Amino acid sequence: MNQVGRAIPRLEARTKVTGRADYVHNLRLPGMLYGKIFRSTVPHGRIVSIDVTAAREAEGVYAVVTGEDIKTIIPNPYYGPAFHDQPILALDKVRYVGEAVAVVLAADPHAAERAVQSIVAEYEELAPVFDEVEAVTSSAIVHDELKPAGTFADLKHLAGRKNTNVALDYQLRRGDVAKAMASADHVLEHIFKTQQCMHTPLEPIVALAEPGEGMLTIHSSCQTPSFVRMEIARLLGWPENRVTVKVPFLGGGFGAKVYVKAEALAAALALLARRPVKIALTMEEQFYTITKHATTFRIKSGVTKDGRIVARECDVYWNGGAYADIGPRVAQKSGFTAAGPYDIDNVRIDSYEVYTNRPPAGALRGFGIPQLVWAYESHTDLIAHEIGMDPLEFRRKNILADGRPQATGTIMQDAAIGKVLDAIAERMKWHAPFDRGTGTLRRGRGLGIGFKASISPTTSGAIVNVSADGSVVLYTNTIDMGQGSDTALAQIVAETLDIRTEDVKVVHGNTDVAPYDMGTLGSRSTFHMGNAVKRAAEEARAKLAALAAEVGLPAGTNYPFAEIFRKRYGMQAGNVIGTGTYIPSYKPTDPKTGQSDNVTPFWMIGGACAEVEIDTETGHVRVLRLVNAADCGRPLNPKVARAQLSGAAIMQLGFTMYETMELDGGQVTNASFADYKIPGFRDIPVMEAELVAATQSTGPFGAKGLGESGTFGVSPAIANAIHDAVGIRLTELPIRAEAILRALRAKEGRPLEDEE
Amino acid sequence: MSGARTIAFTLNGRKETAAIETHWNLVELLNRFGLGGARESCGQGLCGCCTVLVDGVAVSGCLYLAVAADGKTIATIESLDEGGALSPVQQAFIDAGAFQCGFCTPGFVLMTHQLLEKNPDPSEDEIRHYLSGNLCRCAAYPEIVEAVRAAAKAMKHVR
Repeated sequence: MNQVGRAIPRLEARTKVTGRADYVHNLRLPGMLYGKIFRSTVPHGRIVSIDVTAAREAEGVYAVVTGEDIKTIIPNPYYGPAFHDQPILALDKVRYVGEAVAVVLAADPHAAERAVQSIVAEYEELAPVFDEVEAVTSSAIVHDELKPAGTFADLKHLAGRKNTNVALDYQLRRGDVAKAMASADHVLEHIFKTQQCMHTPLEPIVALAEPGEGMLTIHSSCQTPSFVRMEIARLLGWPENRVTVKVPFLGGGFGAKVYVKAEALAAALALLARRPVKIALTMEEQFYTITKHATTFRIKSGVTKDGRIVARECDVYWNGGAYADIGPRVAQKSGFTAAGPYDIDNVRIDSYEVYTNRPPAGALRGFGIPQLVWAYESHTDLIAHEIGMDPLEFRRKNILADGRPQATGTIMQDAAIGKVLDAIAERMKWHAPFDRGTGTLRRGRGLGIGFKASISPTTSGAIVNVSADGSVVLYTNTIDMGQGSDTALAQIVAETLDIRTEDVKVVHGNTDVAPYDMGTLGSRSTFHMGNAVKRAAEEARAKLAALAAEVGLPAGTNYPFAEIFRKRYGMQAGNVIGTGTYIPSYKPTDPKTGQSDNVTPFWMIGGACAEVEIDTETGHVRVLRLVNAADCGRPLNPKVARAQLSGAAIMQLGFTMYETMELDGGQVTNASFADYKIPGFRDIPVMEAELVAATQSTGPFGAKGLGESGTFGVSPAIANAIHDAVGIRLTELPIRAEAILRALRAKEGRPLEDEE
Repeated sequence: MSGARTIAFTLNGRKETAAIETHWNLVELLNRFGLGGARESCGQGLCGCCTVLVDGVAVSGCLYLAVAADGKTIATIESLDEGGALSPVQQAFIDAGAFQCGFCTPGFVLMTHQLLEKNPDPSEDEIRHYLSGNLCRCAAYPEIVEAVRAAAKAMKHVR
């Protein structure tokens, strides 16, 4: 029926344009209390006292809860996907400004907010540490002891470590770097930095917990319902089946809503209050909840005079903030790609996840990859300039081809790096002359390309239920947060069962009815869940065929499903259920060398080419044109896929040009849209998005994930374009007019007055 | 503490009264009527997710006090498809794929209606300018421009 590859509108399109789509944001339950959070004002300190007397006595207040109160129902209230390091409410210590210390519960959220103002906490302040490099050797220690969760084998060696802020020290060793570096004609070394940012989903993080008799239902705006169920059950010491996690649509996620965010707090409060409790963060509070890692990346390359990279050293420091969240995975999973999509025989990578006294950092659209690409693609351009090669040709000469080993030793397969590079170059007409501007307005072009490994080890399960009238329901714990997974997965069911996509209903995000799924993250849904859904649909198809044979229908004929059921049961009755599970093969990286011959189920490739214009008098930069390309295999829904690609690129444009969390003594001073600018309509350049012709041989109908790929190349493409235009090199994000002007003036030998 | 008041207003074509607290904003009032299409997101009138029409003019529901709606005519996103048929703007948003998560979409749809009422044939620059008070974190901006253009075309045919 050609359902795969159809550019159909999203299944839920109508509910979204009419304002009736279902979000936890809008959910209210009878008897519900609102919880408003009292937060730490110091970055690092021992809690001396928390005085909640006035708050408890305030009008309309139902209860006030502190960390000690949480312990009465959860004796060991520490959670986290990688480390059990984060208390539901602060205990003994606070580790960042904005950490949740106490909660006021009230039926009226305004009453709760008012009462929060009357809570007084006293802290014995400890020396804080904010910088990711300093934190490695700092005497300020954020956590007294490291507490790996036990979920990940490669974190076990960290258990019980004391007097360190290093939450993961991933290392990769390949070839003989020292020897190759010594033999190189050119050796270049640079340091690049990125800033702390926030996802700012427009539906702020929210969870509503509803207690029952020995049961608990959590309605959450969450990307990982299966994980939340498991983690809440673990905290409570309950069997998993006593906890239900329900997730409607998400008003954006981007990684902010993975693992546990507001759920553990809402659950504990609901059990304490024996009433439904809603924790709905404000936009401001999101900045104190989860962020994107700031990084420092020292990169060094040895290159031959004819333009071959023979050695590369990478030292990456990830500013994880006060709680690990999924940061150690970022440091490892993204860390092993830090040398870039290049064919280099001798590589050393050291990647450190580091605790600091900043708001926690986790996953944000790319899982660390944009930070790495920023560095290695800026560095790549600098090498090309040094040896006098065209940046595109230099990349072409060094990119990893299918069949060649990546730095981990895994042989590249179905990775269309060359095609993506060609696509962006062709669309920008790279070698054609263009208007370079005159006078104080100068134009330039730059490109950047990056790659990412996917998630493993990991599991996805799905159920396809064919009803007696032939209508079909897909049960999945993949969450549609805007990426279009409901529609794409329905297309897979429809293609397999030879029906229309519109006739498939998707029930997503309900741990009572849908099977386990690791999470909607890391661009894994199309591939991992897609494969599980395909298997479930294939099993349903096989069962329908068996049923048809049983009732004597000739094989190969296309009877409506309803007729098969009628013949079998004598009326409209029964159903057929197909289940599917997908677990990709995987080999963990060696703890000493970082090597694995099967490190990822697939590779994502994304590239960008930018044209910019600089006003040399003011340093103001305008991105005139932004071309993006990606390898997503064969797109299941090209229309949705292209929008994903340009959406990701625009988001990264924000992280490149505007967004940065300003910190003053650990306090975020711009935690609102008034001061933290995300891209709006006036900021969007001319955009082009291309999905290169490719196939992922192991993907469902040749498809693979795409949600992050559009972010990869954007930042270095813009910095490289600025370099091309005016000959200055920026090494820190975001790129602001001030930095450009400073660099321009320094280059002209007349630095700005305050730098003299 | 603020006081309670009773206000009377027209909501999506129907006369209503409500007992409110004077510190409530318009979004809170609408929530009491089961209307969830106007959503408080940034809480500062900067994102446009809470857009509501009051006496035919778009306001930020998070900054507009409910008490100020006394005697006014309020229209929300939920009024656009009364009777079951989508407005041409809503249909154009679907056809162009002009949203991802959908959280900001009601605001964009309402503002597009306002734009096309004032300017039936806007240029791309006029579209971008008029909608610059609405934010879309999924960044469906290129598709939104396409949708507004298609809606303008469709509505011209109706006229």
